Amino acid sequence: MVKKKEAIMHVVILISTCVCIVAVLLICLFLLMSGVPAIAKIGPFRFFAGTVWRPDHEIFGILPMILGSLYVTAGAILVGVPIGVLTAIYMARFCPPALYRILHPAVSLLAGIPSVVYGFFGLMVLVPLTRNLFGGNGSSILTASLLLGIMILPTIISVSEASLRAVPQSYYEGSLAMGATHEESVFRAVVPAAKSGILSAVVLGIGRAVGETMAVVMVAGNQARLPTGVLRGVRTLTANIVLEMGYAADLHREALIATGVVLFVFILLTNLLFSLLKRGRKE
Amino acid sequence: MKAMTSPKSRGSYGLSLLLRILVWAAGMITLGIFCCLLGYMLMKGLPHLSWDLFSPIYTSENVSLFPALINTVTMTLFSLLLAVPVGILSAVYLVEYAKRGNKLVKVVGIAAETLSGIPSIVYGLFGMLFFVTTLKWGYSLIAGAFTLGIMILPLIMRTTEEALRSVPDSYREGSFGLGAGKLRTVFRIVVPAAMPGIASGVILAIGRIVGETAALIYTAGTVAAIPEGMFSSGRTLAVHMYALYSEGLHMDKGYATGVVLILLVVLINCAASLIAKFIGRGGRA
Repeated sequence: MVKKKEAIMHVVILISTCVCIVAVLLICLFLLMSGVPAIAKIGPFRFFAGTVWRPDHEIFGILPMILGSLYVTAGAILVGVPIGVLTAIYMARFCPPALYRILHPAVSLLAGIPSVVYGFFGLMVLVPLTRNLFGGNGSSILTASLLLGIMILPTIISVSEASLRAVPQSYYEGSLAMGATHEESVFRAVVPAAKSGILSAVVLGIGRAVGETMAVVMVAGNQARLPTGVLRGVRTLTANIVLEMGYAADLHREALIATGVVLFVFILLTNLLFSLLKRGRKE
Repeated sequence: MKAMTSPKSRGSYGLSLLLRILVWAAGMITLGIFCCLLGYMLMKGLPHLSWDLFSPIYTSENVSLFPALINTVTMTLFSLLLAVPVGILSAVYLVEYAKRGNKLVKVVGIAAETLSGIPSIVYGLFGMLFFVTTLKWGYSLIAGAFTLGIMILPLIMRTTEEALRSVPDSYREGSFGLGAGKLRTVFRIVVPAAMPGIASGVILAIGRIVGETAALIYTAGTVAAIPEGMFSSGRTLAVHMYALYSEGLHMDKGYATGVVLILLVVLINCAASLIAKFIGRGGRA
């Protein structure tokens, strides 16, 4: 009786373990099944290198969106990484304990705030701000980069801080004993030792910035044309899907799913980079 | 004194000062962003929080967020119902059942890592293609819940796995020594001991569900009413807020919804930190 129960449970456990694998396979299957034929029908070159997106004329070129995603992500990294990594160093090595008790919950709250709320904030504060400071209509690559930079801060801060705290105290003390100041010890001994952890924080940040949808839709302007300057509006891959999926049909719909496939491949590549970094750290 | 301040050490003192200013500035910028964001949302949203917003039926006049709140709760419960058992069982397999060098463990690890990196809009696309279209469930709470269930599965798996690994082996040995079988040992001894860790994973998952928009728009739909059953469409709070933005008529109600969302996140974070403290004390209340 007990043997039988054990055997049944073993099977149940095995099946649940496979759910995760089945889910990944299903996601790949359904995206590729609808996306790849569309790419073939449009023509891979005209799809990936086409600069015009006019669904009403059956012209589907997603180069503007690919570039849009890249620009916005790069901007987010430029904004988020320096502030995030320095804040992590501050929290791990400089922050007075009383302030830490405020800063730490603040960062975890920032991590939990939904992206729509960030979008509202961006729309009402950052868009008018860039409009008044730099001209243009405010919805631009710059605004989207600023907002995404803010959104990836908590990810970068918490992962970098954990890796900074994992550096053995003896590194820091050794450097102090050699006559270096507190700041020099932190930046010359502790930070280099935590380098791979900080790098994987950056890669996680990239993943979040590429995949972010709602907040970007609300501040980036969403014009499907090649961006010509940081103050111009831009449409990302994610925005393209969420904006048009509601009314798309036939080839248009499949082209949007193909956009999803491109996004998926982007994310797989960053994941690969992330796991390579993680493996590098273990050795 | 004069002899000691050689040009080199003065230079390095300058560098140290610069570095210190930089890190302080970064810390203050982060804190400043936090205060701006929270302050702005509260300032704009709190005045618009009225009883009207919580009336049980949505009309275009009161723009009630109550149905959305109910949908959020339903969606959270149902997604957890789907993902938590599967997540815990897979973690149990990975930690307690799998033998060293097992191929399946490696494959599951890669699958979970892939799942955790997929952006929510791609989950939304998949949910639309599979649950809504292929299984013909239509825009419905159940399609949304299944989509979110897959999305939070890796999160629950990983936190449970960590929690199970931190249970000392003496627990297992003691249980085996008393004559308990594998099943009894795992589910009566090891899993209960790992409960706080599992709970913190579940709370993280709740946070993700509450804030999710992109995965739900094309799976659960955007109907602003309390649905009749799991097979009808309904919007959660975050989707409600996005819908208010895209309609553009009731931005003030959007702020109020934002405040409710932020309050929910604060509650979730408090619960998480309480549990973290509980774990920190070695699991003794």
